[in-house]
Amino acid sequence: MNIIIIDDEPLAQSIVAEYVQTIPNIQILATCSDGFEGLKAIQQYKPDLIFLDIQMPRINGFEMLELVEHKPAVIFTTAFDEYAIKAFEANAIDYLLKPFSKERFDIAMQKVSKQIPNTVGTEVLLQHAALQPQQQNRIVVKDGHKIKIIPTVQVHFLEASDDYVKIHIAEGSFLKKKRMAEFEASLDAQMFVRCHRSFIINTQLITRIDLHEKDSYIVTLSTGKQLPVSKSGYIKLKQILGI
Amino acid sequence: MSSITGDKNFRYVFICCTIVWIGIRGLILYNISGDAAPAFIDAAISSILIFSTCFLLVNNMQYYLPKTKKLGYILVLSCLVGIINFAIQPLLLQLILSNTNYNIWQLPSMRYIRFIESFMISACIGFWALLWYVKKDQEALMSHQSETEQLAKDAELFMLRQQLQPHFLFNSLNSISALTGSQPDKARHMIQQLSDFLRSTLKKEEKRWHTLQDELYTIQLYLDIEKVRFGHRLQTEIEIPESCTQLFLPALLLQPLVENAIKHGLYSLTGNVLIHIAAAAVSNELHISVSNPFSADEQQVSQGTGFGLSSIQRRLFLLCGRHDLVSTTQHESIFTVKIIIPQIHEYYNY
Repeated sequence: MNIIIIDDEPLAQSIVAEYVQTIPNIQILATCSDGFEGLKAIQQYKPDLIFLDIQMPRINGFEMLELVEHKPAVIFTTAFDEYAIKAFEANAIDYLLKPFSKERFDIAMQKVSKQIPNTVGTEVLLQHAALQPQQQNRIVVKDGHKIKIIPTVQVHFLEASDDYVKIHIAEGSFLKKKRMAEFEASLDAQMFVRCHRSFIINTQLITRIDLHEKDSYIVTLSTGKQLPVSKSGYIKLKQILGI
Repeated sequence: MSSITGDKNFRYVFICCTIVWIGIRGLILYNISGDAAPAFIDAAISSILIFSTCFLLVNNMQYYLPKTKKLGYILVLSCLVGIINFAIQPLLLQLILSNTNYNIWQLPSMRYIRFIESFMISACIGFWALLWYVKKDQEALMSHQSETEQLAKDAELFMLRQQLQPHFLFNSLNSISALTGSQPDKARHMIQQLSDFLRSTLKKEEKRWHTLQDELYTIQLYLDIEKVRFGHRLQTEIEIPESCTQLFLPALLLQPLVENAIKHGLYSLTGNVLIHIAAAAVSNELHISVSNPFSADEQQVSQGTGFGLSSIQRRLFLLCGRHDLVSTTQHESIFTVKIIIPQIHEYYNY
Protein backbone atom coordinates (compact mmCIF):
# COMPACT_ATOMS: atom_id res chain seq x y z
CA MET A 1 0.00 0.00 0.00
CA ASN A 2 1.24 3.44 -0.91
CA ILE A 3 0.70 6.38 1.37
CA ILE A 4 1.31 10.11 1.61
CA ILE A 5 1.60 12.09 4.84
CA ILE A 6 0.35 15.67 4.86
CA ASP A 7 0.97 17.73 8.00
CA ASP A 8 2.49 21.15 8.58
CA GLU A 9 4.57 20.05 11.58
CA PRO A 10 7.73 18.04 10.85
CA LEU A 11 7.51 16.12 14.13
CA ALA A 12 3.89 15.21 13.47
CA GLN A 13 4.96 13.84 10.08
CA SER A 14 7.77 11.89 11.67
CA ILE A 15 5.58 10.10 14.20
CA VAL A 16 3.25 8.86 11.47
CA ALA A 17 6.27 7.78 9.47
CA GLU A 18 7.68 5.99 12.50
CA TYR A 19 4.45 4.09 13.12
CA VAL A 20 4.01 3.26 9.44
CA GLN A 21 7.45 1.69 9.21
CA THR A 22 6.42 -1.02 11.67
CA ILE A 23 3.71 -2.22 9.29
CA PRO A 24 4.87 -4.44 6.42
CA ASN A 25 4.14 -3.69 2.77
CA ILE A 26 3.62 0.02 3.22
CA GLN A 27 5.57 2.61 1.33
CA ILE A 28 5.69 6.30 2.07
CA LEU A 29 5.69 8.04 -1.29
CA ALA A 30 5.86 11.60 -0.01
CA THR A 31 5.54 13.80 3.05
CA CYS A 32 4.05 17.21 2.47
CA SER A 33 3.77 20.21 4.75
CA ASP A 34 0.77 21.98 3.29
CA GLY A 35 -2.32 21.41 1.20
CA PHE A 36 -0.80 22.69 -2.04
CA GLU A 37 2.11 20.29 -1.86
CA GLY A 38 -0.27 17.57 -0.78
CA LEU A 39 -2.54 18.07 -3.77
CA LYS A 40 0.38 17.94 -6.17
CA ALA A 41 1.77 14.81 -4.57
CA ILE A 42 -1.61 13.06 -4.63
CA GLN A 43 -2.04 13.78 -8.34
CA GLN A 44 1.50 12.71 -9.08
CA TYR A 45 1.67 9.52 -7.02
CA LYS A 46 -1.99 8.48 -6.75
CA PRO A 47 -1.61 6.95 -3.26
CA ASP A 48 -4.00 4.42 -1.75
CA LEU A 49 -4.12 6.21 1.58
CA ILE A 50 -3.28 9.63 2.94
CA PHE A 51 -2.72 10.86 6.48
CA LEU A 52 -4.12 14.34 6.54
CA ASP A 53 -3.94 17.12 9.09
CA ILE A 54 -6.86 19.55 9.08
CA GLN A 55 -5.41 22.85 10.26
CA MET A 56 -2.73 23.77 7.78
CA PRO A 57 -1.51 26.98 6.18
CA ARG A 58 -3.38 28.47 3.21
CA ILE A 59 -5.85 25.72 2.49
CA ASN A 60 -7.00 23.30 5.16
CA GLY A 61 -7.31 19.54 4.85
CA PHE A 62 -10.98 19.60 3.88
CA GLU A 63 -10.43 22.20 1.20
CA MET A 64 -7.55 20.23 -0.23
CA LEU A 65 -9.64 17.06 -0.38
CA GLU A 66 -12.39 18.88 -2.28
CA LEU A 67 -9.92 19.54 -5.07
CA VAL A 68 -8.74 15.95 -5.38
CA GLU A 69 -10.45 14.20 -8.25
CA HIS A 70 -9.83 10.58 -7.41
CA LYS A 71 -9.98 10.62 -3.66
CA PRO A 72 -7.75 8.14 -1.82
CA ALA A 73 -8.77 6.70 1.54
CA VAL A 74 -8.11 9.23 4.26
CA ILE A 75 -7.12 9.02 7.89
CA PHE A 76 -7.35 12.44 9.48
CA THR A 77 -4.83 13.39 12.13
CA THR A 78 -5.82 16.38 14.17
CA ALA A 79 -5.17 17.85 17.58
CA PHE A 80 -8.37 19.59 18.42
CA ASP A 81 -11.14 20.51 16.13
CA GLU A 82 -14.66 20.15 17.37
CA TYR A 83 -16.18 20.66 13.94
CA ALA A 84 -14.05 17.96 12.54
CA ILE A 85 -14.83 15.62 15.38
CA LYS A 86 -18.55 16.17 14.81
CA ALA A 87 -18.12 15.51 11.14
CA PHE A 88 -16.16 12.34 11.78
CA GLU A 89 -18.73 11.04 14.19
CA ALA A 90 -21.30 11.06 11.44
CA ASN A 91 -19.07 8.98 9.19
CA ALA A 92 -17.17 5.74 9.07
CA ILE A 93 -13.77 7.16 8.17
CA ASP A 94 -11.23 7.00 10.92
CA TYR A 95 -9.41 9.87 12.54
CA LEU A 96 -6.56 10.06 14.98
CA LEU A 97 -6.55 12.62 17.74
CA LYS A 98 -3.05 13.85 18.45
CA PRO A 99 -1.16 12.62 20.31
CA PHE A 100 -2.18 9.08 19.40
CA SER A 101 -0.71 5.75 20.47
CA LYS A 102 0.71 3.02 18.29
CA GLU A 103 -2.22 0.80 19.31
CA ARG A 104 -4.74 3.39 18.16
CA PHE A 105 -2.79 3.83 14.94
CA ASP A 106 -2.90 0.08 14.28
CA ILE A 107 -6.66 0.02 14.75
CA ALA A 108 -7.02 2.79 12.18
CA MET A 109 -4.84 0.88 9.74
CA GLN A 110 -6.95 -2.26 10.19
CA LYS A 111 -10.06 -0.26 9.37
CA VAL A 112 -8.40 1.09 6.26
CA SER A 113 -7.44 -2.34 4.96
CA LYS A 114 -11.08 -3.40 5.25
CA GLN A 115 -12.54 -0.27 3.74
CA ILE A 116 -10.48 0.65 0.72
CA PRO A 117 -11.88 2.08 -1.45
CA ASN A 118 -14.01 4.33 0.70
CA THR A 119 -14.47 7.44 -1.31
CA VAL A 120 -18.21 7.49 -0.65
CA GLY A 121 -17.54 8.11 3.03
CA THR A 122 -15.12 10.87 2.16
CA GLU A 123 -17.75 12.63 0.06
CA VAL A 124 -20.25 12.54 2.90
CA LEU A 125 -17.63 13.82 5.29
CA LEU A 126 -16.76 16.71 3.02
CA GLN A 127 -20.40 17.67 2.74
CA HIS A 128 -20.59 17.77 6.52
CA ALA A 129 -17.41 19.77 6.78
CA ALA A 130 -18.62 22.28 4.20
CA LEU A 131 -21.53 23.17 6.43
CA GLN A 132 -19.26 24.31 9.24
CA PRO A 133 -19.01 28.10 9.71
CA GLN A 134 -15.27 28.25 9.10
CA GLN A 135 -15.79 26.75 5.65
CA GLN A 136 -18.49 29.17 4.60
CA ASN A 137 -16.47 32.25 3.89
CA ARG A 138 -14.34 30.98 1.04
CA ILE A 139 -14.36 28.63 -1.91
CA VAL A 140 -11.23 26.87 -3.09
CA VAL A 141 -11.01 26.12 -6.81
CA LYS A 142 -8.44 24.83 -9.26
CA ASP A 143 -7.36 27.21 -11.97
CA GLY A 144 -5.34 25.13 -14.36
CA HIS A 145 -2.46 23.95 -12.21
CA LYS A 146 -2.90 26.71 -9.69
CA ILE A 147 -5.16 26.78 -6.70
CA LYS A 148 -7.35 29.78 -6.14
CA ILE A 149 -9.00 30.79 -2.92
CA ILE A 150 -12.11 32.88 -3.51
CA PRO A 151 -13.61 34.74 -0.55
CA THR A 152 -17.36 34.36 -0.87
CA VAL A 153 -17.88 38.14 -0.62
CA GLN A 154 -16.23 38.41 -4.03
CA VAL A 155 -18.60 35.98 -5.71
CA HIS A 156 -21.11 37.59 -8.08
CA PHE A 157 -23.22 34.54 -8.79
CA LEU A 158 -23.05 30.77 -9.25
CA GLU A 159 -24.30 29.02 -12.35
CA ALA A 160 -25.14 25.35 -12.74
CA SER A 161 -23.16 23.70 -15.53
CA ASP A 162 -23.71 19.92 -15.87
CA ASP A 163 -21.80 18.18 -13.08
CA TYR A 164 -20.04 21.41 -12.22
CA VAL A 165 -20.89 24.78 -10.81
CA LYS A 166 -19.48 27.87 -12.47
CA ILE A 167 -18.35 30.50 -9.95
CA HIS A 168 -18.47 33.98 -11.41
CA ILE A 169 -16.23 36.66 -9.92
CA ALA A 170 -14.79 39.93 -11.26
CA GLU A 171 -11.78 38.18 -12.87
CA GLY A 172 -13.87 35.62 -14.71
CA SER A 173 -15.41 32.29 -13.89
CA PHE A 174 -14.11 29.09 -12.30
CA LEU A 175 -15.52 25.58 -12.32
CA LYS A 176 -15.94 23.49 -9.23
CA LYS A 177 -17.24 19.95 -9.06
CA LYS A 178 -20.03 20.33 -6.59
CA ARG A 179 -23.82 20.41 -6.69
CA MET A 180 -25.89 23.60 -6.55
CA ALA A 181 -27.79 22.24 -3.56
CA GLU A 182 -24.53 21.83 -1.64
CA PHE A 183 -23.54 25.42 -2.31
CA GLU A 184 -27.02 26.56 -1.38
CA ALA A 185 -26.73 24.75 1.96
CA SER A 186 -23.21 25.87 2.82
CA LEU A 187 -23.23 29.52 1.75
CA ASP A 188 -24.52 32.28 4.03
CA ALA A 189 -28.27 32.28 3.41
CA GLN A 190 -28.56 35.99 4.14
CA MET A 191 -26.15 36.79 1.33
CA PHE A 192 -26.70 34.11 -1.31
CA VAL A 193 -30.09 33.18 -2.67
CA ARG A 194 -30.95 30.53 -5.19
CA CYS A 195 -33.18 32.66 -7.34
CA HIS A 196 -33.47 30.10 -10.10
CA ARG A 197 -32.84 26.39 -10.61
CA SER A 198 -29.55 27.23 -12.31
CA PHE A 199 -28.46 30.35 -10.44
CA ILE A 200 -27.41 31.42 -6.93
CA ILE A 201 -26.86 35.16 -6.68
CA ASN A 202 -25.08 37.46 -4.28
CA THR A 203 -27.95 39.61 -3.02
CA GLN A 204 -25.63 42.47 -2.13
CA LEU A 205 -25.00 43.13 -5.81
CA ILE A 206 -28.65 43.40 -6.83
CA THR A 207 -29.48 46.79 -8.35
CA ARG A 208 -32.96 46.09 -9.70
CA ILE A 209 -35.60 43.42 -10.17
CA ASP A 210 -38.01 43.70 -13.11
CA LEU A 211 -41.11 41.76 -14.07
CA HIS A 212 -40.34 39.77 -17.18
CA GLU A 213 -43.41 37.71 -17.90
CA LYS A 214 -46.21 36.48 -15.70
CA ASP A 215 -44.55 35.02 -12.56
CA SER A 216 -41.01 35.40 -13.80
CA TYR A 217 -38.59 38.19 -13.17
CA ILE A 218 -35.21 39.47 -14.26
CA VAL A 219 -32.64 40.56 -11.70
CA THR A 220 -29.89 43.01 -12.60
CA LEU A 221 -26.56 42.95 -10.75
CA SER A 222 -24.30 45.97 -10.26
CA THR A 223 -21.99 44.42 -12.86
CA GLY A 224 -24.75 44.81 -15.46
CA LYS A 225 -25.35 41.07 -15.64
CA GLN A 226 -29.01 40.07 -15.95
CA LEU A 227 -30.25 36.75 -14.58
CA PRO A 228 -33.65 35.04 -14.54
CA VAL A 229 -35.66 34.72 -11.33
CA SER A 230 -38.27 32.01 -10.90
CA LYS A 231 -41.51 32.38 -9.00
CA SER A 232 -40.20 30.60 -5.88
CA GLY A 233 -36.87 32.40 -6.23
CA TYR A 234 -38.71 35.72 -6.19
CA ILE A 235 -40.45 34.79 -2.92
CA LYS A 236 -37.06 33.99 -1.35
CA LEU A 237 -35.55 37.22 -2.63
CA LYS A 238 -38.43 39.24 -1.24
CA GLN A 239 -37.84 37.73 2.21
CA ILE A 240 -34.13 38.42 2.24
CA LEU A 241 -34.41 41.93 0.82
CA GLY A 242 -37.41 42.78 2.98
CA ILE A 243 -39.71 43.90 0.14
CA MET B 1 -33.54 40.26 53.67
CA SER B 2 -32.27 41.13 57.14
CA SER B 3 -34.64 42.98 59.47
CA ILE B 4 -33.95 45.86 61.81
CA THR B 5 -35.75 44.09 64.66
CA GLY B 6 -33.15 41.34 64.43
CA ASP B 7 -30.35 43.87 64.83
CA LYS B 8 -28.75 43.70 68.31
CA ASN B 9 -27.95 47.41 68.52
CA PHE B 10 -31.46 48.35 67.56
CA ARG B 11 -33.00 46.14 70.26
CA TYR B 12 -30.64 47.49 72.87
CA VAL B 13 -31.36 51.14 72.05
CA PHE B 14 -35.07 50.37 71.76
CA ILE B 15 -35.28 48.85 75.23
CA CYS B 16 -33.22 51.71 76.73
CA CYS B 17 -35.56 54.27 75.15
CA THR B 18 -38.57 52.45 76.60
CA ILE B 19 -37.07 52.47 80.10
CA VAL B 20 -35.99 56.12 79.89
CA TRP B 21 -39.43 57.07 78.61
CA ILE B 22 -41.10 55.24 81.50
CA GLY B 23 -38.82 57.14 83.89
CA ILE B 24 -39.51 60.59 82.44
CA ARG B 25 -43.22 60.00 82.15
CA GLY B 26 -43.40 58.59 85.68
CA LEU B 27 -41.60 61.61 87.16
CA ILE B 28 -43.88 64.07 85.39
CA LEU B 29 -47.03 62.25 86.51
CA TYR B 30 -45.64 61.95 90.05
CA ASN B 31 -45.03 65.70 90.15
CA ILE B 32 -48.57 66.43 89.05
CA SER B 33 -50.39 63.84 91.13
CA GLY B 34 -48.06 63.47 94.16
CA ASP B 35 -48.79 59.73 94.18
CA ALA B 36 -45.69 57.71 93.19
CA ALA B 37 -46.85 54.12 92.69
CA PRO B 38 -49.86 54.72 90.43
CA ALA B 39 -47.95 57.41 88.49
CA PHE B 40 -45.23 54.91 87.56
CA ILE B 41 -47.75 52.16 86.83
CA ASP B 42 -49.52 54.57 84.47
CA ALA B 43 -46.17 55.53 82.88
CA ALA B 44 -45.12 51.88 82.46
CA ILE B 45 -48.41 50.73 80.95
CA SER B 46 -48.63 53.65 78.51
CA SER B 47 -44.99 53.56 77.46
CA ILE B 48 -44.87 49.79 77.00
CA LEU B 49 -48.03 49.95 74.93
CA ILE B 50 -46.62 52.78 72.77
CA PHE B 51 -43.25 51.11 72.25
CA SER B 52 -44.67 47.68 71.56
CA THR B 53 -47.03 49.04 68.90
CA CYS B 54 -44.03 50.87 67.42
CA PHE B 55 -42.10 47.60 67.48
CA LEU B 56 -44.88 45.94 65.51
CA LEU B 57 -44.81 48.79 63.00
CA VAL B 58 -41.07 48.57 62.47
CA ASN B 59 -41.10 44.80 62.39
CA ASN B 60 -43.74 44.95 59.69
CA MET B 61 -41.39 47.03 57.51
CA GLN B 62 -39.23 44.01 56.74
CA TYR B 63 -42.21 42.42 54.99
CA TYR B 64 -43.58 45.46 53.27
CA LEU B 65 -42.13 48.83 52.35
CA PRO B 66 -43.66 50.80 49.49
CA LYS B 67 -41.29 51.65 46.64
CA THR B 68 -42.29 55.32 46.66
CA LYS B 69 -43.84 57.64 49.28
CA LYS B 70 -42.10 55.86 52.13
CA LEU B 71 -42.38 58.92 54.39
CA GLY B 72 -46.14 59.16 53.88
CA TYR B 73 -46.47 55.47 54.63
CA ILE B 74 -44.68 55.93 57.93
CA LEU B 75 -46.74 58.97 58.89
CA VAL B 76 -49.98 57.08 58.18
CA LEU B 77 -48.85 54.12 60.25
CA SER B 78 -47.77 56.46 63.04
CA CYS B 79 -51.25 57.99 63.02
CA LEU B 80 -52.62 54.48 63.38
CA VAL B 81 -50.30 53.87 66.33
CA GLY B 82 -51.55 57.14 67.82
CA ILE B 83 -55.20 56.15 67.41
CA ILE B 84 -54.62 52.71 68.91
CA ASN B 85 -52.96 54.24 71.95
CA PHE B 86 -55.62 56.96 72.14
CA ALA B 87 -58.27 54.24 72.36
CA ILE B 88 -56.63 51.41 74.30
CA GLN B 89 -54.53 53.14 76.95
CA PRO B 90 -57.55 54.54 78.92
CA LEU B 91 -59.22 51.12 78.83
CA LEU B 92 -56.18 49.41 80.33
CA LEU B 93 -55.70 52.12 82.93
CA GLN B 94 -59.38 51.86 83.82
CA LEU B 95 -58.92 48.16 84.54
CA ILE B 96 -55.83 48.55 86.69
CA LEU B 97 -56.15 51.92 88.37
CA SER B 98 -59.91 52.27 88.93
CA ASN B 99 -59.66 51.37 92.63
CA THR B 100 -57.10 54.06 93.50
CA ASN B 101 -57.37 57.80 94.10
CA TYR B 102 -55.00 58.43 91.20
CA ASN B 103 -57.15 59.95 88.49
CA ILE B 104 -55.28 62.44 86.35
CA TRP B 105 -55.28 59.94 83.46
CA GLN B 106 -59.02 60.60 83.26
CA LEU B 107 -58.53 64.29 82.30
CA PRO B 108 -59.82 64.79 78.71
CA SER B 109 -56.69 66.71 77.66
CA MET B 110 -54.54 63.69 78.62
CA ARG B 111 -56.15 61.58 75.88
CA TYR B 112 -54.99 64.06 73.23
CA ILE B 113 -51.57 64.21 74.78
CA ARG B 114 -51.42 60.38 74.54
CA PHE B 115 -52.27 60.53 70.83
CA ILE B 116 -49.64 63.15 70.08
CA GLU B 117 -47.01 61.43 72.22
CA SER B 118 -47.45 58.02 70.64
CA PHE B 119 -47.66 59.51 67.13
CA MET B 120 -44.37 61.33 67.59
CA ILE B 121 -42.50 58.42 69.11
CA SER B 122 -43.77 56.13 66.39
CA ALA B 123 -42.78 58.57 63.65
CA CYS B 124 -39.26 58.94 65.09
CA ILE B 125 -38.73 55.20 65.34
CA GLY B 126 -40.30 54.70 61.92
CA PHE B 127 -37.89 57.15 60.25
CA TRP B 128 -34.96 55.59 62.01
CA ALA B 129 -35.95 52.17 60.68
CA LEU B 130 -36.54 53.61 57.24
CA LEU B 131 -33.02 55.01 57.12
CA TRP B 132 -31.67 51.67 58.24
CA TYR B 133 -33.49 49.78 55.46
CA VAL B 134 -32.52 52.27 52.75
CA LYS B 135 -28.88 52.02 53.78
CA LYS B 136 -29.02 48.21 53.75
CA ASP B 137 -30.55 48.26 50.27
CA GLN B 138 -27.81 50.48 48.96
CA GLU B 139 -25.10 48.35 50.47
CA ALA B 140 -26.60 45.25 48.84
CA LEU B 141 -26.77 47.03 45.50
CA MET B 142 -23.19 48.21 45.71
CA SER B 143 -21.79 44.82 46.58
CA HIS B 144 -23.85 43.28 43.78
CA GLN B 145 -22.48 45.77 41.27
CA SER B 146 -18.87 45.29 42.19
CA GLU B 147 -19.40 41.55 42.16
CA THR B 148 -20.85 41.53 38.66
CA GLU B 149 -18.03 43.70 37.44
CA GLN B 150 -15.53 41.33 38.96
CA LEU B 151 -17.28 38.35 37.42
CA ALA B 152 -17.31 39.96 34.00
CA LYS B 153 -13.62 40.67 34.22
CA ASP B 154 -12.82 37.16 35.39
CA ALA B 155 -14.88 35.66 32.61
CA GLU B 156 -13.08 37.72 30.03
CA LEU B 157 -9.74 36.70 31.42
CA PHE B 158 -10.81 33.09 31.32
CA MET B 159 -11.95 33.36 27.73
CA LEU B 160 -8.70 34.93 26.70
CA ARG B 161 -6.73 32.19 28.32
CA GLN B 162 -8.75 29.51 26.60
CA GLN B 163 -8.01 30.90 23.16
CA LEU B 164 -5.76 28.55 21.21
CA GLN B 165 -4.73 26.61 24.27
CA PRO B 166 -6.18 23.17 23.50
CA HIS B 167 -4.83 23.19 19.99
CA PHE B 168 -1.43 24.32 21.15
CA LEU B 169 -1.35 21.86 24.02
CA PHE B 170 -2.30 18.76 22.06
CA ASN B 171 0.01 19.56 19.18
CA SER B 172 2.85 20.10 21.61
CA LEU B 173 2.12 16.78 23.24
CA ASN B 174 2.13 15.18 19.82
CA SER B 175 5.55 16.66 19.12
CA ILE B 176 6.82 15.30 22.42
CA SER B 177 5.39 11.92 21.51
CA ALA B 178 7.33 12.03 18.24
CA LEU B 179 10.55 13.09 19.97
CA THR B 180 10.45 10.36 22.63
CA GLY B 181 11.21 7.73 20.00
CA SER B 182 14.03 9.45 18.17
CA GLN B 183 15.45 12.08 20.56
CA PRO B 184 14.51 11.34 24.19
CA ASP B 185 16.68 14.19 25.52
CA LYS B 186 14.88 16.73 23.40
CA ALA B 187 11.56 15.26 24.43
CA ARG B 188 12.46 15.67 28.07
CA HIS B 189 13.55 19.23 27.44
CA MET B 190 10.29 20.04 25.72
CA ILE B 191 8.24 18.55 28.56
CA GLN B 192 10.16 20.89 30.84
CA GLN B 193 9.41 23.87 28.65
CA LEU B 194 5.77 23.00 28.33
CA SER B 195 5.43 22.52 32.10
CA ASP B 196 7.13 25.84 32.80
CA PHE B 197 4.91 27.54 30.30
CA LEU B 198 1.70 26.09 31.73
CA ARG B 199 2.79 26.85 35.27
CA SER B 200 3.60 30.44 34.47
CA THR B 201 0.23 31.02 32.80
CA LEU B 202 -1.60 29.40 35.71
CA LYS B 203 0.28 31.32 38.37
CA LYS B 204 -0.65 34.61 36.77
CA GLU B 205 -4.29 34.34 37.72
CA GLU B 206 -3.60 35.63 41.19
CA LYS B 207 -1.82 38.85 40.45
CA ARG B 208 -3.11 41.22 37.88
CA TRP B 209 -0.15 43.34 36.84
CA HIS B 210 3.29 42.02 36.03
CA THR B 211 6.60 43.32 34.88
CA LEU B 212 7.38 43.03 31.19
CA GLN B 213 10.25 40.76 32.16
CA ASP B 214 7.82 38.26 33.74
CA GLU B 215 5.58 38.32 30.71
CA LEU B 216 8.49 37.88 28.35
CA TYR B 217 9.65 34.81 30.22
CA THR B 218 6.32 33.12 29.47
CA ILE B 219 6.31 34.30 25.88
CA GLN B 220 9.83 33.09 25.32
CA LEU B 221 8.82 29.63 26.56
CA TYR B 222 5.83 29.69 24.26
CA LEU B 223 7.94 30.66 21.25
CA ASP B 224 10.56 28.04 22.09
CA ILE B 225 7.89 25.36 22.10
CA GLU B 226 6.57 26.57 18.75
CA LYS B 227 10.12 26.44 17.44
CA VAL B 228 10.36 22.79 18.38
CA ARG B 229 7.06 22.13 16.63
CA PHE B 230 7.82 24.02 13.43
CA GLY B 231 11.59 23.82 13.34
CA HIS B 232 13.51 26.41 11.38
CA ARG B 233 10.32 27.86 9.88
CA LEU B 234 9.78 30.08 12.91
CA GLN B 235 12.21 32.93 13.54
CA THR B 236 11.82 35.49 16.27
CA GLU B 237 13.27 38.91 16.98
CA ILE B 238 12.71 40.39 20.41
CA GLU B 239 13.96 43.92 21.02
CA ILE B 240 13.38 45.01 24.59
CA PRO B 241 15.58 47.77 25.99
CA GLU B 242 16.76 47.38 29.58
CA SER B 243 14.69 50.41 30.61
CA CYS B 244 11.43 48.58 29.79
CA THR B 245 11.92 45.29 31.56
CA GLN B 246 10.66 46.57 34.90
CA LEU B 247 7.60 48.38 33.51
CA PHE B 248 4.20 46.89 34.22
CA LEU B 249 1.43 45.43 32.13
CA PRO B 250 -1.73 43.41 32.86
CA ALA B 251 -1.26 39.66 33.09
CA LEU B 252 -1.59 37.70 29.85
CA LEU B 253 -2.23 40.70 27.66
CA LEU B 254 0.82 40.33 25.48
CA GLN B 255 0.48 36.56 25.32
CA PRO B 256 -2.69 36.55 23.15
CA LEU B 257 -1.07 39.08 20.84
CA VAL B 258 1.88 36.80 20.27
CA GLU B 259 -0.49 33.85 19.87
CA ASN B 260 -2.37 35.84 17.23
CA ALA B 261 0.86 36.61 15.44
CA ILE B 262 1.72 32.91 15.44
CA LYS B 263 -1.76 31.97 14.27
CA HIS B 264 -1.87 34.39 11.35
CA GLY B 265 1.80 34.08 10.52
CA LEU B 266 3.08 30.62 11.26
CA TYR B 267 -0.20 28.67 11.04
CA SER B 268 -1.43 30.39 7.89
CA LEU B 269 1.69 30.72 5.77
CA THR B 270 4.13 28.33 4.23
CA GLY B 271 7.85 29.00 4.33
CA ASN B 272 9.79 30.94 6.92
CA VAL B 273 8.01 33.29 9.25
CA LEU B 274 9.51 36.10 11.30
CA ILE B 275 7.73 37.31 14.44
CA HIS B 276 9.01 40.63 15.71
CA ILE B 277 8.38 41.94 19.23
CA ALA B 278 9.60 45.35 20.37
CA ALA B 279 9.04 47.58 23.38
CA ALA B 280 9.73 51.20 24.23
CA ALA B 281 9.21 53.42 27.24
CA VAL B 282 7.55 56.65 26.16
CA SER B 283 7.02 59.22 28.93
CA ASN B 284 4.79 57.39 31.39
CA GLU B 285 3.69 54.66 29.03
CA LEU B 286 4.92 51.29 27.89
CA HIS B 287 4.61 50.81 24.12
CA ILE B 288 4.77 47.30 22.73
CA SER B 289 4.48 46.19 19.13
CA VAL B 290 4.10 42.69 17.73
CA SER B 291 4.34 42.07 14.01
CA ASN B 292 3.93 39.08 11.78
CA PRO B 293 3.58 38.38 8.08
CA PHE B 294 0.09 37.46 6.95
CA SER B 295 -1.39 35.78 3.93
CA ALA B 296 -3.20 37.87 1.35
CA ASP B 297 -5.91 35.20 1.08
CA GLU B 298 -6.64 35.44 4.73
CA GLN B 299 -6.79 39.19 4.81
CA GLN B 300 -9.58 39.15 2.26
CA VAL B 301 -11.49 36.45 4.04
CA SER B 302 -11.38 37.66 7.62
CA GLN B 303 -11.51 41.39 7.42
CA GLY B 304 -12.26 42.00 11.10
CA THR B 305 -9.56 42.23 13.69
CA GLY B 306 -10.97 39.10 15.28
CA PHE B 307 -11.80 38.14 18.80
CA GLY B 308 -8.29 38.40 20.16
CA LEU B 309 -7.72 42.08 19.45
CA SER B 310 -11.17 43.30 20.40
CA SER B 311 -10.98 41.57 23.75
CA ILE B 312 -7.55 43.03 24.43
CA GLN B 313 -8.96 46.43 23.60
CA ARG B 314 -11.87 45.78 25.94
CA ARG B 315 -9.60 44.68 28.77
CA LEU B 316 -7.35 47.68 28.47
CA PHE B 317 -10.41 49.89 28.45
CA LEU B 318 -11.77 48.28 31.62
CA LEU B 319 -8.43 48.74 33.33
CA CYS B 320 -7.34 52.15 32.07
CA GLY B 321 -10.54 53.79 30.79
CA ARG B 322 -9.08 54.66 27.39
CA HIS B 323 -10.12 53.52 23.95
CA ASP B 324 -6.99 54.54 22.08
CA LEU B 325 -4.58 51.97 23.50
CA VAL B 326 -4.65 49.37 20.71
CA SER B 327 -3.81 50.14 17.10
CA THR B 328 -2.98 48.05 14.06
CA THR B 329 -1.12 48.73 10.86
CA GLN B 330 -0.55 46.75 7.67
CA HIS B 331 2.50 47.43 5.64
CA GLU B 332 2.93 45.29 2.54
CA SER B 333 2.57 41.80 3.94
CA ILE B 334 3.43 42.65 7.54
CA PHE B 335 0.72 43.10 10.13
CA THR B 336 1.64 45.03 13.28
CA VAL B 337 -0.31 45.48 16.50
CA LYS B 338 0.76 48.23 18.85
CA ILE B 339 -0.47 48.49 22.41
CA ILE B 340 0.05 51.29 24.89
CA ILE B 341 0.00 50.57 28.60
CA PRO B 342 -0.17 53.65 30.84
CA GLN B 343 1.94 53.10 33.95
CA ILE B 344 -0.76 53.92 36.47
CA HIS B 345 0.65 53.51 39.95
CA GLU B 346 -2.53 52.63 41.79
CA TYR B 347 -2.76 49.43 39.77
CA TYR B 348 0.59 48.12 40.80
CA ASN B 349 -0.62 46.29 43.86
CA TYR B 350 -3.92 45.29 42.41
